Amino acid sequence: MDVVVTQVFNGLSGGSILLLAALGLALTFGQMGVINMAHGEFIMAGAYTAYVTQNVLGSAGLSLVVSLPIAFAIGSALGVVLEAALLRRMYHRPLDTLLVTWGVSLVLQQLARDVFGTAGVDVPAPEWLGGPVEVLGFSFPRTRLFILLLAIAAFLALAAALRYTALGRRIRATVQNRPLAETSGISTRATDRLTFFIGSGLAGVAGVALTLMGSISPNLGTAYIVDAFLVVVVGGIGQIRGAVIAAFLLGVAQSWIEYSTTASIAKVLVFALIVAFLQVRPQGIFTVRTRSLA
Amino acid sequence: MIGAAALLTVGLVLSACGARVDSADPSGAAAAPSCVDTSGNEIKIGFLNSRSGTMAISENTVFDSLSLAAEQINAAGGVLGKQLQVVAEDGASEPTIFAEKAQKLIRSDCVAAVFGGWTSSSRKAMLPVFESNNALLFYPVQYEGLEASKNIFYTGATTNQQIIPALDYLKEQGVTSLFLVGSDYVFPQTANKIIKAYAAANGIEIRGEEYAPLGHTDFATIVAKVRDAGAGAVFNTLNGDSNVAFFKEYRNLGLTPEQMPVISVSIAEEEVGGIGVDNIEGQLVAWNYYQTIDTPTNQRFVEAFKAKYGENRVTSDPMEAAYTSLWLWKGMVEKAGSFDVAAVQAAADGVTFDAPEGTVTVNGENHHIAKTALIGRIGADGLIHTEWSSGEPIEPDPYLTTYPWASGLAS
Repeated sequence: MDVVVTQVFNGLSGGSILLLAALGLALTFGQMGVINMAHGEFIMAGAYTAYVTQNVLGSAGLSLVVSLPIAFAIGSALGVVLEAALLRRMYHRPLDTLLVTWGVSLVLQQLARDVFGTAGVDVPAPEWLGGPVEVLGFSFPRTRLFILLLAIAAFLALAAALRYTALGRRIRATVQNRPLAETSGISTRATDRLTFFIGSGLAGVAGVALTLMGSISPNLGTAYIVDAFLVVVVGGIGQIRGAVIAAFLLGVAQSWIEYSTTASIAKVLVFALIVAFLQVRPQGIFTVRTRSLA
Repeated sequence: MIGAAALLTVGLVLSACGARVDSADPSGAAAAPSCVDTSGNEIKIGFLNSRSGTMAISENTVFDSLSLAAEQINAAGGVLGKQLQVVAEDGASEPTIFAEKAQKLIRSDCVAAVFGGWTSSSRKAMLPVFESNNALLFYPVQYEGLEASKNIFYTGATTNQQIIPALDYLKEQGVTSLFLVGSDYVFPQTANKIIKAYAAANGIEIRGEEYAPLGHTDFATIVAKVRDAGAGAVFNTLNGDSNVAFFKEYRNLGLTPEQMPVISVSIAEEEVGGIGVDNIEGQLVAWNYYQTIDTPTNQRFVEAFKAKYGENRVTSDPMEAAYTSLWLWKGMVEKAGSFDVAAVQAAADGVTFDAPEGTVTVNGENHHIAKTALIGRIGADGLIHTEWSSGEPIEPDPYLTTYPWASGLAS
């Protein structure tokens, strides 16, 4: 029983980290079809934002809260610059986009190395996130609870924005049928830019959360980018809820297999499961039904 | 001077066949005569460290301390009256590049000796190059043992100078059970083989053994297993960034050094800052050198290093071993009265140096050096303080032939 509760929690927690890393990507890759290899570096930028904020403010508790919106702003600014400078010129050339954004990710990594040094830095967790919470005899690390709540909050906010706001309607319309959306008077250019703004901002937020878990170094993003793409692909392109289900499924699968085998084998088996799943259902868990001919 | 075409051929043969051919049969091709130029009042030496790529963070520090040693040796009159002229090459964190650059340093720069390498894979890649050219490499990092080339001097610890003393210390502290956590590659797996043999012979129970892929970032499950196993101590051979995630998780689950100490063999002064002092304070490490060693020799070393590179820099075990390696080479050359490789090898036995870690002595037979083992505790200041010492230098025994329980490990 102990093991079940602990491993389910660890799985959900692992899933929430995946979800945070993938949520932004579910917008830019899932909705717009842009393969942004620099998404991991936007996460890294968010993590360094937390580091800088903490050094400026001094207090760990305050700076964690303050750095969330700042990291969103920095991530989204990077995203908008990338979109306006490069991506909009190659929307229908996915391979070029892949190469260009990979180049951008290398540039950003080197920039971080030059500014912050190659050695990892540390962002101490605030006092109120130190240690575990005891519930019914089980102990749950507070940092993991915080990330779980943050991931759920980020998802709910994004889902609500997509469903209930005018902006969300424009994004959905553009995804479903771009020419029809355009003829209906929606500026797809502006919509694209806004989608990228939000997606990249979420990467920044993920970066702040990750400072609670692991090392903050210039290659932080590379550790998460592949998993993030997997989540989006398994979840189904064009679907936010697919990403949520995929992230938690992958998290729980990883933690369960890891518990009964080893971390290396769990990684291999999860990859094998994903490949097998995509053989049966190449479109992912959910698909967007569209009448678009494109 | 060797012709460019011949050099190219050697390079092609090496890269085409894989360097292994030469190591399998070192006597097969006669080594070309050395091209080291000893006529002038300068002598060339090579530094071969990863200045770029993933290992750069570690190897740059070794390069810095090697440069300091070269500068000091030149200021003190050089080696056999000749000033050192350093040729620096970048191994780029890539074993094949290490082999190529070693070849270049030996055959085209004609250096008298090469200093550097960090990962075991880089050393293994360079070994056949040094053996087939009959040249010298000084390797400054603790490693998994089970090797003794006559063309390499190993100035970092072998297993009986780091891992076995760490186990002796834990046993002395009354630890009766261990949990092994390591990265999934050669060093942790070899180290854990030795630890398990030691444990079997000393009545220590191994409660669990977990490996994480290099770069693994989520340690929730592994740390949960560690907690549930309730061992007396954790033996940690994780490498790189994984340590950060591991120690953060360890602390987040409320585990403390008092409850279950973690002893690490890959975390030195340089790494403590990135992990966060809060997360690792009070935990144990095993090395042969700490910045805090309170001797005049070490104080001079630390002061000179900080004066050259900045007050906020720290000194660590591999840096000290690299610094020491250059001085040991000077000692060997001056004892031999020659830069000739065979003469240096013949003179090596018994050469000593008053190093920052204490007096070290070269073992002429296996080319390792006798070093004092130190168990350290990480303090709130981010530095490591000696907790236990083997008291005297331990003779190197890379194949563990003097430990009855280790028979069978070397095969």
